[in-house]
Amino acid sequence: MGRKTKTQALSAVAPIFSIIVALLASALFVMWAKSMSVSEYFSALRLLLDIIITESLSTPQKFMEVLVYATPLLFCGLAHIICFRCGLFNIGVEGQFIMGMVGGALIGQLQGVPMLLHIALMVLAGIICGGLWGFLPGILKAKRGTNEVVVCIMTNFIAMYISNYIALRSVFADSQHDSSYTIQPHAQLPRFVPTSRLNISVFMAIILAFCVYLLLFWSKRGFQIRAVGLNASAAEAGGVNTTWNIVLALVISGAIAGVGGALQISGVQTRLISMASFPNYGFDAIPVALLCNKNPLACVLVAILFGALRNCSRMFQIEGIPKDIVYVIQAIIIFFVAADLITKHLNKRRRA
Amino acid sequence: MDDKLEMINISKAFASVKANEAVNFTLMHGETHVLIGENGAGKTTLMNILYGLYQQDNGEIRIDGKAVKIKRPSESIAHGIGMVHQHFMLVENLTVAENVVLGQEPRRGVVLDMKKAVETVESLCKQYRFELDPSQRIEDLSVGKQQKVEILKLLYRGADILILDEPTAVLTPSEIDELGKIIRKLNEEGKSVILITHKLREVMAMSDRLTVLRRGRVTGHMRTEDATIEKLVEMMVGKALSLEVEIPEQECGEGVLEVQNLVVRDSRGHNAVNALNFCVHRGEIVGLAGVDGNGQSEFIEALMGLRKVQSGKISILGKDITNKQNRAIIDAGISCVAEDRHKRAVVLEMSLTENTLLGNFAHEPFSRGIWLDYGYATKLTEKLINEFDVRTPSSEVNVMWLSGGNQQKYVVAREISRPHELLVAAQPTRGVDIGAKRFIHEQIVKGRAQGKGVLLVSTELDEILSLSDRIVVIYKGAVAGVLTRAQADERLIGSMMLGDKAEGGK
Repeated sequence: MGRKTKTQALSAVAPIFSIIVALLASALFVMWAKSMSVSEYFSALRLLLDIIITESLSTPQKFMEVLVYATPLLFCGLAHIICFRCGLFNIGVEGQFIMGMVGGALIGQLQGVPMLLHIALMVLAGIICGGLWGFLPGILKAKRGTNEVVVCIMTNFIAMYISNYIALRSVFADSQHDSSYTIQPHAQLPRFVPTSRLNISVFMAIILAFCVYLLLFWSKRGFQIRAVGLNASAAEAGGVNTTWNIVLALVISGAIAGVGGALQISGVQTRLISMASFPNYGFDAIPVALLCNKNPLACVLVAILFGALRNCSRMFQIEGIPKDIVYVIQAIIIFFVAADLITKHLNKRRRA
Repeated sequence: MDDKLEMINISKAFASVKANEAVNFTLMHGETHVLIGENGAGKTTLMNILYGLYQQDNGEIRIDGKAVKIKRPSESIAHGIGMVHQHFMLVENLTVAENVVLGQEPRRGVVLDMKKAVETVESLCKQYRFELDPSQRIEDLSVGKQQKVEILKLLYRGADILILDEPTAVLTPSEIDELGKIIRKLNEEGKSVILITHKLREVMAMSDRLTVLRRGRVTGHMRTEDATIEKLVEMMVGKALSLEVEIPEQECGEGVLEVQNLVVRDSRGHNAVNALNFCVHRGEIVGLAGVDGNGQSEFIEALMGLRKVQSGKISILGKDITNKQNRAIIDAGISCVAEDRHKRAVVLEMSLTENTLLGNFAHEPFSRGIWLDYGYATKLTEKLINEFDVRTPSSEVNVMWLSGGNQQKYVVAREISRPHELLVAAQPTRGVDIGAKRFIHEQIVKGRAQGKGVLLVSTELDEILSLSDRIVVIYKGAVAGVLTRAQADERLIGSMMLGDKAEGGK
């Protein structure tokens, strides 16, 4: 992986360790849920692993379903990575993703547009809507010094209610369903097999991961974004316009999430469905971005892993295990990743 | 006098690096003992072992003849050991008395007995002849006084052994004199003092005995009166080395930097730079001398486009750069060795190569179009590492893992390598050892010979005096006086630094 293979390979140790520990610890919850005795720990662990592996890998169908879940996680994870690298916490990925869905769903209803152009237009709509939703907190932070997290939380709600308005009350709303009208067939991404919702957006996401990698580690812009994230004062003294880069990072991040949203409409949902609460694409991608240690290439693998966990939740329920175990596993992973980050931080402070 | 403290055969290794190897160190009752050595010689490690931050791998510590184990800093104070760190650890918006008693407050019942605290602090001040007002806030005190508060803290906790880490680094000449008197007084009261420093002249002035460390070993041990600077340098560096860099006579040319009536505010909104006027010519080293905190930092930030100029004008070769973007200012021909290395000069979590891109990335050959050229940056970085003898395993290592002195050498190397007309060198030798200091000075003089302007900003008078063609003394953000090399005199500058305009002057 480029210039720092050795250190990056080393930095994979902690995440892998945390995944293993998370699985071992989650087996305890399986025991609890199934009222097993302590001596049955290993059968609980086997049951847990069994469900995860069978549900993800036993048939091509199932693996495709994993990838369906992984795709939006990957888009959102990449969006988070851009901002984390710039020292920002873009909790607005959720709203940016929703705005991308809104843009995609609206453009998708245009009639008489040839397929390639139509999908390109939807992607563009995703970029614009998501980017705009990143620009708002960015420009407010740059010009007024507001905290991007607070603004993003608000813009998330605005995005959700805009989406609901369009799905329920606007001229685009389909009164038969609690959703907007289905997008034109031309606007739908081709699926590989009729039995799975998997479509070519998964490849677009993987290509994007590579582009983000190039952007961050080989381009001038990425260098500036990373420099601002690691030491804004030094970056400023080194000729980097910190304000502009912060705004830009949020815009790029929003645009990536927006594309993810638009493609989610085009490939999976085909219409804007009203939301009772946040769909959690952006929020769930936070641990993805953290676990891959903000590395866009590793993000692909982590997104698939988390997609697999997500995909298992139904099976857990069938087996009589609360599906929230998926969140328990994620939480324990994050716990260890955070602990690793904190110890690194403390070590650094001790050296300084 | 008998031994207060003995450290016998102390060894300590970090991974493969032997920081201390069979070090013997004794401290007598009521003496001042200086520990000198270059950076990385093991002074700090030795003191951190004594202070309980590290455990020795081998060897024994005895206090008053009894062997002790010090596992953590809180235990060291129980043994009467206290340390004043280079960076003070005071709560800025508390008063002197509050800071002194913090952690061991006198109480009446459960309530803090502030009256008693003030009384105790006052009596301590009287005993040791400190001129401090216990009710003043720390943020209103000068650095010299803050240092006294730190010493008071230790005395309040009953320390018999006081470790002072680089105590003179931030002081003016007169404050240093005062510190000398305080140390004498401490000795009279039976306290033993350990000074950690790499400044030789002070060593001579205020100590009884000294121990020299080099590469983790004791290379010398003598009474101060028997020591000479030459001898000490030889013991520290391992070879005889002249400290002074020769500066040939040279005519200076047209103006490079011109500062006119500059006003810059500090972060609290006060005028930190207040109608500053001076200029730097080609082939001239101008030393900007002053006590830390008299507007130097704000001036440099304003010069580099990192802080807003309220009024006035800065120009480079006649071109106005006031309030321009930092990149435009770099492009106009200023290279800057920033005074706060970790804040402004390097990104610790980036490799040396990536740090080379800082300030350079916008232009060919460092980048082409939107892409960076890591190949070129790596090649240049490796060249800098060789030329400036930066000790690092490779150019791909994060700057964080380099020692402070090597980081500084790298920063100087990067800034000098960039084409420039004016070099701003702020504390260019902060934290570097004698050999590197001399090398950096040579590089600065070399730039002068090439007709570049050099603005040397330093709180170390020695450095200013040995390099500058002209010395501009700054006090409260304005010029307190300008002296030529011939007129320069330490006492005179020292008094100007404290605001005395009377003598010298323009």
